[in-house]
Amino acid sequence: MKKQNFFLRNKQFTIFLILACLIILAAIFAPFITHGIDPTEGNLKDAIMPPSGEHIFGTDKLGRDIFARVIYGARTSLTATFSLVMLIFFVGGMLGIIAGYFGGIVDTVIMRIADMMLAFPGLVLALAVAGVMGANMRNAVIAIALVSWTKYARLSRSLVLKIRNRDYVSAAIVTGSKTPYMIWRYMIPNAIPTLIITAATDIGGMMLELAALSFLGFGAVPPTPEWGLMLSEGRAYMQSAPWLMIFPGLAIFVTVVVFNMLGDSVRDILDPKNE
Amino acid sequence: MSKKQVISRLLQIVVVLLGISFITFLLTYISPGDPVRHMLTASGTMPSEELIQSIREEMGLNDPVIVQYFRWLGNCLHGDFGESYTLGKPVVTLVAARLWPTLRLTIMSTVLLIIIAVPLGVLSAVYKNTWIDYLVRGLTFFGVSLPNFWVGLLLMLVFCVKLNLLPVVSSSGDFKSMILPAVTLAIAMSSKYTRQVRTAVLDELTSDYVIGAEARGVKFSKILWRHVFPNSLLPIITMLGMSIGSLLGGTSVVEVIFSYPGLGNLAVTAITSCDYYLIQGYVLWISITYMLINLIVDFSYYLVDPRMRLKR
Repeated sequence: MKKQNFFLRNKQFTIFLILACLIILAAIFAPFITHGIDPTEGNLKDAIMPPSGEHIFGTDKLGRDIFARVIYGARTSLTATFSLVMLIFFVGGMLGIIAGYFGGIVDTVIMRIADMMLAFPGLVLALAVAGVMGANMRNAVIAIALVSWTKYARLSRSLVLKIRNRDYVSAAIVTGSKTPYMIWRYMIPNAIPTLIITAATDIGGMMLELAALSFLGFGAVPPTPEWGLMLSEGRAYMQSAPWLMIFPGLAIFVTVVVFNMLGDSVRDILDPKNE
Repeated sequence: MSKKQVISRLLQIVVVLLGISFITFLLTYISPGDPVRHMLTASGTMPSEELIQSIREEMGLNDPVIVQYFRWLGNCLHGDFGESYTLGKPVVTLVAARLWPTLRLTIMSTVLLIIIAVPLGVLSAVYKNTWIDYLVRGLTFFGVSLPNFWVGLLLMLVFCVKLNLLPVVSSSGDFKSMILPAVTLAIAMSSKYTRQVRTAVLDELTSDYVIGAEARGVKFSKILWRHVFPNSLLPIITMLGMSIGSLLGGTSVVEVIFSYPGLGNLAVTAITSCDYYLIQGYVLWISITYMLINLIVDFSYYLVDPRMRLKR
């Protein structure tokens, strides 16, 4: 009863949660949706065919089915984006909590590094890192994580600092609570809600950055089906085969819209300021 | 800003620059690609191990990383940023050649950005919760979700391929070839920017002095343009500074799409061909510009906000 109320009360959240789940399910059950068409295997006889009944999104220069590649592309994109957001969520959040809780030299070192990252346009450094480490999706994730963790560190640090000197915290320390327990029991729960809001609203943007890296050739490598990569492959055929760039782009756009909307509604629900 | 503040800011910049340059240096050092091998294969010779070793020795690539770093830093201070081994020209020349196109693109897209975002943001704040506001917010919502490279490609498809109005390749860098890259950048940035302007103006509109002025019968347009708008300039300038900073670094994605001869394009070339000196020179350039812009932004607060001038 209570659960039903929650979903009915937050209609926007419910709608976009369902849509997001549909996208995730499409990625998981890609083989069923595409009827077993291999996204990396094509028949050269079918190269560059416009959308038709057989290939509803058309085919690319190697005769690969664009629809299958777009659906499988969701796997690549979602896996990479979720690992990226998880990575910066945990690493950034934890570093911030440690910096805030311990203070002193630990705080100075962590936050000065974070400041340095802030004094610099992120994508440029990410490009350099991804390019230097070699192009693949894992390196692209690491590269963007390297420049994006600072936001989470700053947030969780400021949240920890807010309660660090409260009486109940001091009382807990005085009564012999060990440091890991303090962090686990008081600091992390205090920081989590805000961090979740940030992560939820970040998913869309991170997806765009990963796609941009792939587009430039510093992310996914052929023949991986990835939307950014597909766009860059389709670029050369813009005049003769515009469907090569329309469908992957549309896929990125729709997915990012859904996750941005979902992130916004999560924020509206969790943010106490909106009450 | 007091003299002490200025000095501490400048010192901070130096420290950050040292940090950034060291990180990039380390990055290129630990990278799996061997620059000498790259250089030799690029020139078409099949490199032998012996040759590679002797060239590495000659270029000082076998020294410890710290020695290499300080040697490079020392050279930089003398204005020598090394030579690009793929393009065979000094890094300074290469970067300098791209500066003007990038600067022009930055100016043009920033002007476009202001023309789009400021009126929309103000409108949407003034007509809060009316259809205008909903429309603007809806548009910005879709705007932030649009990948800028896709926008660029679509614009290119429509205006260059289908309508044949503009050149497909912008490598000449003249005015006509700048239009689409600038529009793409402006569209991509304006959504975020419109929202910021809206928030900034809304913050001011709901403050007490506005209600006071309204109660005294001051005309709304006067309140808006004489009082509210100047006050909301501070956050707007901060945002603008940040976007100009990253624009000056070149916007690789858009520049690559349109083959625009800017810094971002140069950076991508440098990174793909493992051109270490070029990468380092570029990153250093970006960090310097970015920090200078931040400094200018801070000084502009001083100009825009009388409170800052009083607070000595």
